Order: sequence, then C-alpha cells, then structure tokens
Amino acid sequence: MGNDEKPERKVYLDNMATTPVLPDVLEAMLPYFRQVYGNPQSIHSWGDEAREAIEKAREQVAALIGGEAEEIIFTSSGTEANNLAIKGLAQGQITKGKHVIISAIEHFSVLHAARTLEKAGFEVTEVPVDKYGMVDPDEVASNIKKETVLVSVMHANGEVGTIEPIADIARKVKEAGVLFHTDAVASTGTIPVDVNKLGVDALSLAGNEFYGPKGSGALWVRKRVRLIPLMDGGVQEGGRRPGTENVPAIIGMGKAAELAVQDMTARNQRLSKLRDKLIKGLPAAVEHVLVTGHPTQRLPQNASFCIEFIEGEGMLLWLDREGIAVSSGSACTSKALKASHVLIAMGLPHEIAQGSLLFGLGIDHTEADVDYVLNKLPPIISRLRQMSPLYAKFMKEKR
Amino acid sequence: MPAYSDKVMDHFMNPRNVGEIKDADGVGEVGNPVCGDMMTFYIKVKDNRLEDVKFQTFGCGAAVAVSSMTSEMAKGKTLEEAVKITPALVAKELEGLPKNKFHCSNLGAQALQEAIRDYAKKKGVKIEGLQEKGGEDEGEECEVC
Repeated sequence: MGNDEKPERKVYLDNMATTPVLPDVLEAMLPYFRQVYGNPQSIHSWGDEAREAIEKAREQVAALIGGEAEEIIFTSSGTEANNLAIKGLAQGQITKGKHVIISAIEHFSVLHAARTLEKAGFEVTEVPVDKYGMVDPDEVASNIKKETVLVSVMHANGEVGTIEPIADIARKVKEAGVLFHTDAVASTGTIPVDVNKLGVDALSLAGNEFYGPKGSGALWVRKRVRLIPLMDGGVQEGGRRPGTENVPAIIGMGKAAELAVQDMTARNQRLSKLRDKLIKGLPAAVEHVLVTGHPTQRLPQNASFCIEFIEGEGMLLWLDREGIAVSSGSACTSKALKASHVLIAMGLPHEIAQGSLLFGLGIDHTEADVDYVLNKLPPIISRLRQMSPLYAKFMKEKR
Repeated sequence: MPAYSDKVMDHFMNPRNVGEIKDADGVGEVGNPVCGDMMTFYIKVKDNRLEDVKFQTFGCGAAVAVSSMTSEMAKGKTLEEAVKITPALVAKELEGLPKNKFHCSNLGAQALQEAIRDYAKKKGVKIEGLQEKGGEDEGEECEVC
C-alpha cells in the first residue's frame, strides 16, 4: 500500500502496553474532575464525598484480588507499586537481613528497584527461567538463606505471557518465613487473582492494564507487614503513600476492577480463543516462526512470537501502515537499544530475539481482526526476509 | 514509532538496490546480531566505477533506509568518490535520522568501504582516500540502529 492510503482496518494489538479506558470507566471518572473535586483529606462535605468515593474504589479493587480494602495502597502506576514493594518491604525487614531474590524476567520496575537495593548494600539473587520463561519453585527455595528478607516473582510475564506457579513458590517461601511479593500487573483483570489462594504477602496491579486509566495503580500489602514508604508526606494511604490522592484515576480503577470481576469469565474465553487462533495461525502461514512463552500456562490476551531472520522494528513500521499496532522486544525498538532481557533469559539467541513480535489482544477484538493480521503479516515478513542477509545465508545453506 | 523523515520512510518501504550480486567484485559485511543490525554490501566495478551496488540488511527501518540511500549515492561513482561517502552525508540525504538511530548511518558507509576494501585487496590496487581496516570493535557494547 502507498504511504498516504488509509488502512482498511484499525487493530490495536498492544494491550500489554496499555488498554483503552472503557466508556463506563470514563463515565464513572468524569464527575471527579469538575463536581467532586474536594481533597479527600479535607473536613467538609466536598472532602467527604471524594473520600467516600475512593473508599468505594478501594473495596472494588480489593474484591478483584480477594484482599481487604484497608490493605490496598493506591499508587500512580504499576511501576510505583513495584518500587514500593521491593524497596519498602526489603527496607522494612532490614534488621533481619539484606538478601532479596527476584526472577530474571521481572519487569524493569522490579529489576531496577532491586539494583537500587544492591547499591544500598543488599545482595540480590536472580533466579533463572526455563525456555518457556517458567520459574522453578525449587530453584527459588534453594536460594533462600538466613539473610533473605524478600522474594519477588511476577504472576505472569507480559512479554511472553507465561503464568508462573506463584502458589507453589509462595508456599516454599512462606515455609522459610520470608516475605513474598508478586507483580500481577500483566495478569490482574484478565485471569483470576486471589491473594489468599496465591498465598502472597504483597501484590502489585495497574488500572491501565485492565481498561482503567493510566496513572492508576495499587499495591496490596497483607495486614501487619512492615513497609517503608518511598516518599515522606502526609497521612494519605495510611502514610504509606503520601500525596493528594488522584481521585478520578482511583475511581476509574475501581470501576474497571468491578467490570473485570463481572466479565472475567467471558473475557477470558473470548481472548483465549482469539489468542489460540493467532498462535496456531501465524506459524501455519509463515515458516520459521517460534511461539515464545509457555504453550498452556499463558495469559489469554498474549500471543508472542519470534520471526526468524528479520528484526522487529521493520515489522512494526509496516504493520502500523496497515493499521495494526503491536510491540517488539528487539534491540532496535527499545529505547535502551538492548534485546529483551526476558527472551535472552529464556535462552533465545540474540538474532532470534531481534525478531520478537508481541500481540496483546483486547476484549473488543473479533475473529475478523485476527484474520486481518494473518492476512497482512505474512507478506510483510516475506518482504523483509527478501532483504535479510541472514535469510539469504540460511537459504543458501539449505540448498 | 521513531520519528522518521518521509525520505527515510520512503527508502525503508521502497528500498533501492536490494539483493545480492552473485559475481561481485567486492563484498563488505558489518554489524552483528547482538547489536541488532547486519549489512552486506556487494559491488561490481567497471573502469574504476561502481557499475552496480546491492545490499542485504537485517535491522530496523533506519538501517534499511541507510543501506538503500548509501547504495544509491554510491552507484555510478568512481571508487575514489565512493570512499568519500560519509555517515553524515548519508544522514543528510535522508533528511536526518532520529538521535538514537544516528549510528545506523555509520553502518552503511562502513559496509560500502568494506566492500571497496575487499575489491582493492583482491585486485591489489590502492584507492586514494580508502582508510585502512576500520578496526571497529563490536563487543557487547554496541551502538545499535
């Protein structure tokens, strides 16, 4: 297609990066900009109304993850929730020791928070993953020592979709008497998340991953667990997260949580079906396509691949021209210019990881959207392969 | 998406001179998969002129556009003229590159130089302006396109 033509269809398949805000969520938020604008901490009816609204949202969010309302700390993002968990929980236990365990495929907000702890004198152990991105609970347990104060393993990985055996890991960690945090940003709202069934002490989530607004996140921390705040300030969120509450975002996240509880089963079924169609369809249409992540223990909205012999950004540019939005873990598409640490930790060679392509399906997608992708992507791949020296080399060797 | 100029997008989407020259007089390969970009340039020389230039590129939009532009700029030039094609000239012809993609323009010129060096070595000729082996040391630390 030419440069100025409009694409036949618009398909936003980057829902692991962020989801759109649902109309009902937006409706719920709107009054909290112009009508109910009081500071929730104020002692007058303006403040009361805002406070009551955020307390309702707290209950909605708690219901989504099976926790209690008073255990929810609202934050500005999943990143803030993870930072608060890693730094705040570790520092809260500092008298017991200075060793933290995380997995090799954590989000940067966990990985880099752990590195900051390292600079502050903590020891950090990164446990490896297998080729599916799966963490072995025994591997985690075997790294626990006397000084270990915190273990953090993500519930599901957004890049490759793998769902980790959190309940098993948590059981082993708890047996050793160590705190356990899980980053459930990628999974919350799409698959059932229950803090008690998982057996965790802390769990991070983000509203914009389940059709709530950006700028909304939360950390659930089990009662009586010591947490050092990242910031100093007032009494908001029990003093654990000071700063005037982002009322509209909190209300939006609460509404999104309520809708997620209501629609969880339907969303799950619909997304899984589309995911499976894409995961089966692409390798059937194009040779030398690897599915990354676990074949069955997988987020219903995630389909991720590595397309051999080509690099991700070229595919993204072409797909964007066709009205399709996706992500890639290739070095060229990352601002840091490094291939995804997740794919490398799974043992994929760099040249394969460069061909990473990540689809994050959304609840409004249809089979026609997936068909559109399966129709548009193969010629793009073949076009890019035609100019790839790696493909030429491969074809020569094949002959 | 990186903020690519129209010229970059044009050369990315309609790259000129893609392919391999089977009986090339010189071949130049640069980059590595860890860094995310690999380029191979093929040249055909006649009467000291680049009669044909072709390339194969594994890399981002900028890497493809840089290869395409470099090949277009080089074609028809004498070898002495071709070795004067600098990364800055390629980037200028492409109406600029995003800051973190600027390094891509190095790769195009490097690959072309490599191909010319390969030719000079095979023929045992000296080409004015051709630098000795650029000794680019591509370790773990790479500047990527």
